[in-house]
Amino acid sequence: MTDTEPPGAARPQPAGAAATVAVFAEGRRGPMGRLQHFLHGNPTMVPVIVLVISIAVFGVIAGERFFSPFNLTLILQQVSIIGILAAAQSLVILTAGIDLSVAAMMVLMSVISGKLAVDWGVPAPLALLISFAGGTAAGLLNGLLVTRIKLPPFIATLGTWNVYYALLLYLSGAQSIRGQDIDEAAPLLKFFGNSIAVGSARLTYGSILMVLIFLVLWYLLTKTAWGRHVYAIGDDKEAAELSGIRTDRMLVSVYAVAGLVCAIGAWAAIGRVGSVSPNSFYEGNLQSITAVVIGGISLFGGRGSIMGALFGALIVGVFQSGLRLAGVDVLWQVFAIGWLIIIAVAIDQWIRKVSG
Amino acid sequence: MTAPLVEMRNMSISFGGIHAVDDVTVDLYPGEVVGLLGHNGAGKSTLIKMLSGAYQGDAGQILIDGKKVTISNPRDARAHNIETIYQTLALADNLDAASNLFLGRELVNAMGLVDDAAMESETRKIMARLNPNFQKFKAPVSALSGGQRQSVAIARAVYFNARILIMDEPTAALGPHETQMVAELIDQLKAEGIGIFLIDHDIHQVMQLCDRASVMKNGRLVGTVRVADVTDDDLLAMIILGKMPDMAA
Repeated sequence: MTDTEPPGAARPQPAGAAATVAVFAEGRRGPMGRLQHFLHGNPTMVPVIVLVISIAVFGVIAGERFFSPFNLTLILQQVSIIGILAAAQSLVILTAGIDLSVAAMMVLMSVISGKLAVDWGVPAPLALLISFAGGTAAGLLNGLLVTRIKLPPFIATLGTWNVYYALLLYLSGAQSIRGQDIDEAAPLLKFFGNSIAVGSARLTYGSILMVLIFLVLWYLLTKTAWGRHVYAIGDDKEAAELSGIRTDRMLVSVYAVAGLVCAIGAWAAIGRVGSVSPNSFYEGNLQSITAVVIGGISLFGGRGSIMGALFGALIVGVFQSGLRLAGVDVLWQVFAIGWLIIIAVAIDQWIRKVSG
Repeated sequence: MTAPLVEMRNMSISFGGIHAVDDVTVDLYPGEVVGLLGHNGAGKSTLIKMLSGAYQGDAGQILIDGKKVTISNPRDARAHNIETIYQTLALADNLDAASNLFLGRELVNAMGLVDDAAMESETRKIMARLNPNFQKFKAPVSALSGGQRQSVAIARAVYFNARILIMDEPTAALGPHETQMVAELIDQLKAEGIGIFLIDHDIHQVMQLCDRASVMKNGRLVGTVRVADVTDDDLLAMIILGKMPDMAA
């Protein structure tokens, strides 16, 4: 069988249907077929195109206010924490897993570093290091549940989401650590709330951190054997194992790195919120999955670029900002994001159907 | 007489009370092709997966060059220069040919980063030898035809200087021309002194390519014969009836 042969041409056709076959074959190489093919090779182009179009559309609807440097950097700031969670989530989803506990890990680590530094007088750098270790350990537990106990990732992390959330409520006593107290005891914790102001643009350190995290993870995923193995496992775990990859060890490392990224996100979240709030980012788990899916990363694993999740987070931010500036009720923002998810996954299914 | 390259002695493995392989002994000499024959479910693939490290046997010994070895995973097998072409091919569909060829053994540069250029150039070299028509080096292997995918799997097994090659139905997805190419490759590898276990359904092909054939039925070894000493019908009788031919093998 040759590669150029369209699947439809092999079907038995009644006499006289030859013309139809030819038209069909021609249609495969038409604009839609070419688009499908292009997107199959470049899955991240979908969110990029959607992002550009949505920026253009909201620019027209909401006018100059949307395009102001202030608003554009505000969008970056608003998506920075969900963006970092989406980066962690991408790693896990690329292995065909899912991590429902990312936001819970993050808030738990912000409570830990806040409690240590503000209430218990531990030096801030040490408190942060402990929270990083804690995030890695929390991710490690997820990975061990998935590989050793053989729990489906959905169940393992659904469980730890609740466990980590209960722990953070216990540690914090369900009380916030106030911004003033952090400023006095450990201003380092709010480092990522600082910003570089250029004119009316306010680029927070947290936004820059988000972009840096994406760039580092993108580099690891594309330039190291570890990254290659992440994709291979998501693609076909058994094939990866037969190829000599220690798949269980790899999976544990992926969940652990995701936990570490969440802990780094916890530091940025303190700066973003201005305090340590145990009730913040409760919906962050699902919002991170939203960004990943809109970013064109396949929930079936092994396909997509982590940069897509960055664009996915930005698309959500652009929609929310644009609709708000256009005076649309919040409930319609939620409505729009819902359709974005559905359309994004539908497009992914369509692209996946492409043959040779 | 040289020592056997591989001896699998009294191998057994059960899955949930089913004796998939029951007390089977086979061996393989350098430069020899041994066919493994039997119905689906006779235990051929399971036997061979104990050599490739995919399964660990419940009982039995594996000897390589007369020395007892332990193979508990695919990495152990590779360390003994055992390479396997699986029936399922074991390719990662979204990765390209070069990434698949070097999967788990990536070429890295001085910085420890994967060297895609070097891997692609090596892949081009081996493919030029195995399948000169192969051109789709940038495409994910999911975009390749069955024959092209098969040639990637074969290239992966051959590239790393295997001494022992396991081929599980290597021509199942191939057309006549490509099958002929695999046959020529087997002869060539054999001449280089590589020992090959060949699992195949096609008795004709086994008669043509193999020196000896071991036949299995219901997890047990029916027997091993020199191909030159038997007819197609003898082999068929061994497969279907589980009966050795009358003449001494």
